[in-house]
Amino acid sequence: ESCPSIKNILLLDSEGKRVAVKYYSEEDWPTNAAKESFEKAVFTKTQKTNARTEAEIAMFEGTIVVYKFVQDLHFFVTGGENENELILATVLQGFFDAVGILLRGNVDKKEALENLDLILLCLDEIVDGGIILETDSNVIASKVASHSIDAGAPLSEQTISQALATAREHLARQLLK
Amino acid sequence: MAQPLAKKDDDRDDEEYSPFLGIEKGAVLQEARVFNDPQLDARRCSQVITKLLYLLNQGESFTKVEATEVFFSVTKLFQSRDIGLRRMVYLIIKELSPSADEVIIVTSSLMKDMNSKTDMYRANAIRVLCRITDGTLLTQIERYLKQAIVDKNPVVASAALVSGIHLLQTNPEIVKRWSNEVQDAVQSRAALVQFHAVALLHQIRQNDRLAVSKLVTSLTRGNVRSPLAQCLLIRYTSQVIRESGNAQAGDRPFYDYLEACLRHKAEMVILEAARAITELHGVTPRELTPAITVLQLFLSSSKPVLRFAAVRTLNKVAMTHPVPVTNCNIDMESLISDQNRSIATLAITTLLKTGNESSVDRLMKQITNFMSDIADEFKIVVVEAIRSLCLKFPLKFRALMNFLSNILREEGGFEYKKAIVDSIVILIRDIPDAKESGLLHLCEFIEDCEFTYLSTQILHFLGIEGPKTSDPSKYIRYIYNRVHLENATVRASAVSTLAKFGAMVDSLKPRVFILLRRCLFDSDDEVRDRATLYLNTLGGDGSVVETDNDVKDFLFGSLDVPLVNLETSLKNYEASEEPFDINSVPKEVKSQPLAEKKAQSKKPTGLGAPPTGPASTVAAYEALLSSIPEFSNFRKLFKSSAPVELTEPETEYAVNVVKHIFDSHVVFQYNCTNTIPEQLLEDVIVVVDASEAEEFSEVASRSLRSLPYDTPGQTFLAFEKPEGVPAVGKFTNLLRFIVKEVDPTTGEAEEDGVEDEYQLEDLEVVAADYILKVPVFNFKNAWDSMGADFERVDEYGLGPRENLTEAVNAVINLLGMQPCEGTEVVASNSRSHTCVLSGVYIGNVKVLVRLLFGIDSSSKEVAMKLTVRSEDGAVSDAIHEIVASG
Repeated sequence: ESCPSIKNILLLDSEGKRVAVKYYSEEDWPTNAAKESFEKAVFTKTQKTNARTEAEIAMFEGTIVVYKFVQDLHFFVTGGENENELILATVLQGFFDAVGILLRGNVDKKEALENLDLILLCLDEIVDGGIILETDSNVIASKVASHSIDAGAPLSEQTISQALATAREHLARQLLK
Repeated sequence: MAQPLAKKDDDRDDEEYSPFLGIEKGAVLQEARVFNDPQLDARRCSQVITKLLYLLNQGESFTKVEATEVFFSVTKLFQSRDIGLRRMVYLIIKELSPSADEVIIVTSSLMKDMNSKTDMYRANAIRVLCRITDGTLLTQIERYLKQAIVDKNPVVASAALVSGIHLLQTNPEIVKRWSNEVQDAVQSRAALVQFHAVALLHQIRQNDRLAVSKLVTSLTRGNVRSPLAQCLLIRYTSQVIRESGNAQAGDRPFYDYLEACLRHKAEMVILEAARAITELHGVTPRELTPAITVLQLFLSSSKPVLRFAAVRTLNKVAMTHPVPVTNCNIDMESLISDQNRSIATLAITTLLKTGNESSVDRLMKQITNFMSDIADEFKIVVVEAIRSLCLKFPLKFRALMNFLSNILREEGGFEYKKAIVDSIVILIRDIPDAKESGLLHLCEFIEDCEFTYLSTQILHFLGIEGPKTSDPSKYIRYIYNRVHLENATVRASAVSTLAKFGAMVDSLKPRVFILLRRCLFDSDDEVRDRATLYLNTLGGDGSVVETDNDVKDFLFGSLDVPLVNLETSLKNYEASEEPFDINSVPKEVKSQPLAEKKAQSKKPTGLGAPPTGPASTVAAYEALLSSIPEFSNFRKLFKSSAPVELTEPETEYAVNVVKHIFDSHVVFQYNCTNTIPEQLLEDVIVVVDASEAEEFSEVASRSLRSLPYDTPGQTFLAFEKPEGVPAVGKFTNLLRFIVKEVDPTTGEAEEDGVEDEYQLEDLEVVAADYILKVPVFNFKNAWDSMGADFERVDEYGLGPRENLTEAVNAVINLLGMQPCEGTEVVASNSRSHTCVLSGVYIGNVKVLVRLLFGIDSSSKEVAMKLTVRSEDGAVSDAIHEIVASG
């Protein structure tokens, strides 16, 4: 009970539609309808905020939600109302950065859907049944990527360090634009 | 899910491209047949699994047959050696949550993976297997899990530990056997492994206070690497502090550890520690200061999350300790314009709590500007803050009342409107000058109020307060409008309110009669009935009736029976010739769980929710006792003991007793519960033999008329004793009653009963019953100012004891005094200990006690030096007598 716990992690698009979501607290949202209405509420409430440079935070329906946006993707991590906000923010940052590495810097909805397997594995490596597994984005990404040894998979041409380098390069290019 | 085809013509066609465009469940299930191919195409299979996961993720559900079919074909994929595919297989197995007979199919494959050389296989197989297993399998794999906990690979160790945390919920006895391995993992060099191990170890031991305390002691001294583990440790430390139960400040155990955490390099640890300190029970300003200082730094952080965390914490602190928070006022003010509205709201409400009278107007202006763009739940917080501000600075009521009435007119949900109405009602009650304007605001509100509950509440309130104003007539219009415009519930309520005006204001009576007569033609029978009733009682039907006190009592008097009892009685009442008699409703208050747990397990909930104070037990008892005429002349209640059980648990009749001590009387309140559905007890009384309590003589008793199944009731006995003397004695108790058989099908009791008795355990009045636990806030000052005039010192041998803690607790319980400054907590393995206590002795004599304990390490023999200071030498002696005879 006193262990920090995550209630859900959401990745939505710029219209509030699901890209990938994972709920760890079935008692809070027992049905898909309940989940969808929560997502709708979260999306509407945070839509107009600027969460692109720093993670933002909101509180409602007895939960705390930290969130961050990039391109047409909205990242959310939800915890209980008494949770340490900075723990939630650390999980969010881990998820956000790991996705950045896995998508080699091209973080948008199209890329995320094309690599949905990586996104789902990424979620699986961050939290298990509400308990935080790992928050370091490099570790998360390497755990996910090391599984994609298969010949045709997108990351197979590159080693992890290459992937990281490409990601950094891409980010640098974006910053210089 | 399939997207509408129309999208194709959309100009955002390219943007909307998705690999899952037009995906359809039936087709994907068809595709899943590739899992059965003899030559597996790993890449293709991975893609199909991704599609299945996509469907599940979008909320699509599979029928039982579909899920089973997919599951069976997925199990075939264990043949493939492709790591990526295996990873997807693990994922989909967890998502499909297979049934027990399906789990068996994959068990052997997963167990094989659990022992694989590939770390990733081991870690994931553990997580999957533990997720889907139902416990029967657990004993088979237990050996591997214990190994995995101490695995060199941190991912594997974490997987096993986290699975252990989950399994502890369902199979605690198995997981508890892993303590040694978990203990090893606590020392792991991998940060996350340590975090998971600490969490699991604590959960294994959480019901053993001593073990938790030891765990915390050793960890706070040791090397905790991961910030997450450090946060956990802070939580456990707070728990230990809370459970040690010291309401006093001073040398609080572990405070130094919390304070040191404020200097940790990870912000999450600093926040956790600061919050823990602010939530310490009875925290002192000195303890608060370092926590508030770090939170203040966070207020000007560039990270919104950090600002939010800090302002939320400070907001909570300001409710109980506004003064230390005023230091942050300048930083708070700059947060009012924060982009993040939650932060701005919290800043505002904090300022409302810490601000002074001169800043009210300025604050109100700032609030008005931003009220429209925040959510209802924040508005409620603001409204509540404004209410308490108004009570703090009543001179400012005009500005604040205007603000409330303005926001009352704006859009808003029920909870928000209710908060505003409640606030206005409270202001009207507490600030006389605010009454007239407040009532008019409420009147205007009900002219256009969509909430029946609020309308009826306001009408009821108007009926009580309106007639007492200088010009009651001006409210009549608002009330009568309801009769025209509203639903039946509100109309009925309006009729009652009109009647109250008629009863209280003679000049309005004729006009009220006219209005009430019109209500006789209402379409709703409740409204008509009420109108008829009131016209009769007030004399509006032409008969001569004086508006005497009886009528006023009827209209305004509160029901003098507990509503719960009334409800029970009404349920039992069966319509017959005999009317329902309200006098037959028992007036005894149901015995509430008065012995509530001291430690508030739940933290205050909600943004700015007020801390729920402990229910005032004393006040509840006082009200109960003074309502009984026989006891009304006993003067002030000195002390009520905690309930003492007089029966074993789960016996036919459960009885406990509360000892109420008065100056020259003692009242025993026996709380009785009948646990036999087939019996009804009547004329229940406790017969007491007080031959071993010479100084007590029975003076009054009150029996319990009826004790139905599972409805607690009380019977009382009162004794006289010499005034101001701490008389002690032993009482034997016998429960005597008439028992009637109850037919379980109809619930009806038989006519005739049989007299019966039931032996209860003995009850003692002891010296500790005459001492109140009253804390002092600075023991040393109190001790010094009390002086040594009536100091009595003596030494006692307490015999062999397990440890010092046991000896200390025994003496504290014997004396029934309040331990101060956390001195009831004995450091583990220490050989001597000083404990200070304070209390008030009957006759209102302050007593302070200093206890010095020493334990012989080999014989475990405990010696104690007792120093008592009080305002009365006789009392100091009495304390020594208690110890000497105890």
